[in-house]
Amino acid sequence: MAKHHVTAQVNGDSVEYLCETEDTLLDVLRDTLGLTGTKEGCGSGDCGACSVTLDGRLVCSCLVLGVEAGGKAIETIEGMAKHGPGGEALHPLQRKFLEHAALQCGVCTPGVLVAARSLLEKNPSPTETEVRYWLAGNLCRCTGYDKIIRAVMDAAAEMRVSG
Amino acid sequence: MRYEAPETIEAAAALLAGASGEARVLAGGTDLLVQIRSDLIEPGLIVDIKKIGEMRQVTAENGGFRIGAAVTGAELKEHPLLKAMWPGVVEAANLIGSTQIQGRATMGGNLCNGSPAADSVPALIAAGALARIAGPKGRRDVPVEDIMLAPRKLSLTKGEIIASFLLPARTARSGDAYLRFIPRTEMDIAVVGCGVNLTLDGSGKCTAARVALGAVAERPLLVAEAARALIGSSLDDKALAALASAAEKACRPIDDKRGTKDFRIKVAGVLARRTALIAAERARKS
Repeated sequence: MAKHHVTAQVNGDSVEYLCETEDTLLDVLRDTLGLTGTKEGCGSGDCGACSVTLDGRLVCSCLVLGVEAGGKAIETIEGMAKHGPGGEALHPLQRKFLEHAALQCGVCTPGVLVAARSLLEKNPSPTETEVRYWLAGNLCRCTGYDKIIRAVMDAAAEMRVSG
Repeated sequence: MRYEAPETIEAAAALLAGASGEARVLAGGTDLLVQIRSDLIEPGLIVDIKKIGEMRQVTAENGGFRIGAAVTGAELKEHPLLKAMWPGVVEAANLIGSTQIQGRATMGGNLCNGSPAADSVPALIAAGALARIAGPKGRRDVPVEDIMLAPRKLSLTKGEIIASFLLPARTARSGDAYLRFIPRTEMDIAVVGCGVNLTLDGSGKCTAARVALGAVAERPLLVAEAARALIGSSLDDKALAALASAAEKACRPIDDKRGTKDFRIKVAGVLARRTALIAAERARKS
């Protein structure tokens, strides 16, 4: 069967790609588009390392087919830092993760950051419980989650002030 | 594997009815993709139904809501009126998986995946939801409790898909709730799930009730005896004990890694009580 020809937006840029029916969006992002920031941890939607947003909705890219992304706006970890004429500015979440040492091996981190950004877009003042439940689909084997939660709460506080 | 994304239900039904090999509906894909990638199934055709407008809408109907079968759990939660009217159903759909899963998973898929442990199903059954089925021969309405027959076995015939669910209008002084037991805090499959929907009169007496149990039989169950234990009572200890006993007796569970038969039977009774009390509290406040 002929491949699907798909056009979409990734991090604000127009992209087009060919994919087989069974190729996931994760496969396409990493292998076709070279955006390897999004990780595969389980391939079954359990670990959240492959988290991206699809038209603003937080999803596991391993559970979206490449062909389903046609016409949609995808945001990955690569789009989180701002790139402007002055250089690169990390997102407050990224800065706080560094400050709080909220990562060790870093494999879960892109997924956690994408998920956390999605949360703060919807709810700028989450309680710790709300953060924990929102991030329940992002598993981390290294940190024990505590520093992750502190970093997210701290970033949320900073973002509420700076707007 | 062929991929089609029709824009009408009739086109989708025709594709499915005409498929020579295995064909599957693709809504959220949170079960389908996992099954394909683990070689559990090898469909020759995938029919993506997300371009079908009526399956993606929530519309008011007769005082209740018609929910397209391909509306996601996250969208249900964000609907301004749905959660207020049917909190049990919305909460149940939003217990499935994680935030990421809820961003894609649909109640149509949750039901048609054919797992007896599906979370949204006991809540839909308790609510008295009707599934509108569309197929090559037209449309028909079926109570949700009559859709699943056994694990992975539905009462739908070839070419039929669920177009939408109708949640009836909320009667005064009524409320619904869904609880489940899982070993972890999140991200697990129900060991027991319980949905209760009930109505109280002015004096606090239960005048109507529906009780559904999931994960304790080969299909989700509508437990009439459990409802009868509540109706006519003021949900006192005697009625709740009768409810728990009826819930336990209705179970015909399996032993598996998540729970033993005895454990599930016991927990079914416990959850029936707790769920009924939450539903009653909501009924009093409504």
